[in-house]
Amino acid sequence: MKSVIKGAGYILAHTPDMVLHNGTTQTTEMIVNPESEYLKALPSHIRTFEQAVNYWPNQVYIGNKTPDELAEVPQPWFDKACDINDRYGKFGQIMPQEEFILLMQACDVFALVKLEQGFVDAHREALAANPMIDETIMARIPAEQTAAEEIARLVAEEHSEGLYHNGVLVGCVNRAHDIDANLSAHVMHENLVSKASSVLSLLSGIKNAGIDKNDVEYVIDCAEEACGDMNQRGGGNFAKAAAEIAGLNSASGSDVRGFCAAPAHAMIEAASLVASGAYKCVAVTAGGCTAKLGMNGKDHVKKDMPILEDMIGGLCVIVTADDGVSPEINLNMLGRHTVGTSTAPQDVTTALVFAPLEKNDLKVTDVDKYAGELHNSEILKPAGGGDPANAFFKMVAACGVKRGELERTDVKTFPEKYGMTGWAPTQGHIPSGVPCIGFLRDEIMAGKIRNAMVVGKGSLFLGRLTNLFDGVSFVMQANSGAEQTGVSEDEVKGLIAKAMKEFAATLLAQAE
Amino acid sequence: MDLENQKRVKDFAEQYGPENVVVLLGAAEGEASGLAAETVTNGDPTFAGPLTGVQLGLKVYHVCEPEIKAEIDPAVYEEQVSMMEMVLDVDDIVSEMTSIREQFCKY
Repeated sequence: MKSVIKGAGYILAHTPDMVLHNGTTQTTEMIVNPESEYLKALPSHIRTFEQAVNYWPNQVYIGNKTPDELAEVPQPWFDKACDINDRYGKFGQIMPQEEFILLMQACDVFALVKLEQGFVDAHREALAANPMIDETIMARIPAEQTAAEEIARLVAEEHSEGLYHNGVLVGCVNRAHDIDANLSAHVMHENLVSKASSVLSLLSGIKNAGIDKNDVEYVIDCAEEACGDMNQRGGGNFAKAAAEIAGLNSASGSDVRGFCAAPAHAMIEAASLVASGAYKCVAVTAGGCTAKLGMNGKDHVKKDMPILEDMIGGLCVIVTADDGVSPEINLNMLGRHTVGTSTAPQDVTTALVFAPLEKNDLKVTDVDKYAGELHNSEILKPAGGGDPANAFFKMVAACGVKRGELERTDVKTFPEKYGMTGWAPTQGHIPSGVPCIGFLRDEIMAGKIRNAMVVGKGSLFLGRLTNLFDGVSFVMQANSGAEQTGVSEDEVKGLIAKAMKEFAATLLAQAE
Repeated sequence: MDLENQKRVKDFAEQYGPENVVVLLGAAEGEASGLAAETVTNGDPTFAGPLTGVQLGLKVYHVCEPEIKAEIDPAVYEEQVSMMEMVLDVDDIVSEMTSIREQFCKY
């Protein structure tokens, strides 16, 4: 059986106050250098919601603009308002902070999120008007909320993690245990942000795929957070927790982890589950990460740029059994970086890109598009991070040159022809290959390209358990039409009739 | 430079003596190489890690610089580094690294 990509959802939440209170660059600075010039300058570099919506890369992320259109716009992008400034897009939406905080409360089933009454009263209607949010989700937000004084007390005396909006304390996330560090207010806050953004991603993905919520049989969460208590840190299960709030009553699920490579792993697993017949419809989902907010903020402030890492990102891809039209995932063309593969860039590129091509007797130019790291380079360049998207395409080209499949002069032109300009927020797992699946699906369906290779790479050394690098790749390609199942129903009927006739003839012969 | 790596560089310099340590970089472009080189010579320019205000002045090179290329078996270099040589702006990296060494290297 074939598995196909039925649709994708991409969402952002603009969370400027969480940059200051929850991004590790800022929280670390508050500990080691609380009087720093950076912390003093930071508030004047925070973007408004309108500025975040007007930002070109954000409009690409939610599908109102394409990566090709972005490539035509010269950097800097932050000082140019996009000509589309709709918070809703083809793939998803950009949610403002006030709605997102309410959504966090709707996603909390242990009454840990306390919100100030006036704040909820002021913004409840806005969330209810969001086309992705139905009455079931709204009903999860209690009518009776908490007084401002009580919230201030919880933050001051009970270690609760404050929730701020425009610099004002409007709520908090309480700890879920008095002494368990894995259920601390900080961890619960981080996990509820991931869960809420995953829920919004799931709802967007399901809508875009045009399927019913009850069609989803399995959910795979591929974010970077861990949930569990002190006896099973990272026990999970974000996938099922988000599926519950999203109303996916027919689904079970589990979590896949692998740093930035996790979404690509999850896609291959989803495609395999569907191709094997285990499930007919699998949703791959990932919420965003508060820790990475403002990660490169010091360099942005130093270069007098706005803090561009003020967005929580989320994504969802719906993988289903063959519908005869949607792009297929070719499970015979998988790349994987094995334990035995070295970390030298050419070995990594060979394992992830060229090994699967070679297995299928294809050359590098037989794939129409490649997608590796798709980070927005405007975020990384000020911090010396370069342009990872462009670097990846050049690496593929250079490896192609070494294999004699390309000319040396092709290295410069390859990124434009076979790659794309990066636009994704630097939310760890979010930019790694998968943000382009929505666009690639469209281009394959429109006949603009035949196929595309999506590569996810991850840095495992960050967990301090191994120095190994990791990565996997898969190819999506145009639907090859109805599958040959061997014999048709009519043929089966004919065969049975023939067998019965012969059996009857045998009986008659015996009777005679 | 990663705070943990700063700590490791500092520890090695203490353990073996700064004159006996060479830091070899593999960063993807000139500015990042320069920042890392500055960290292990003049101290952490971001004032965040263990090398803040610590002027180790270590010898520091990028793997694509000619001095290092000359030290490596050509077959190994071809297998491990030559592809990235095609991708990186080697001239920019060499110029950044040379500038940092000229200013801050003590050995």
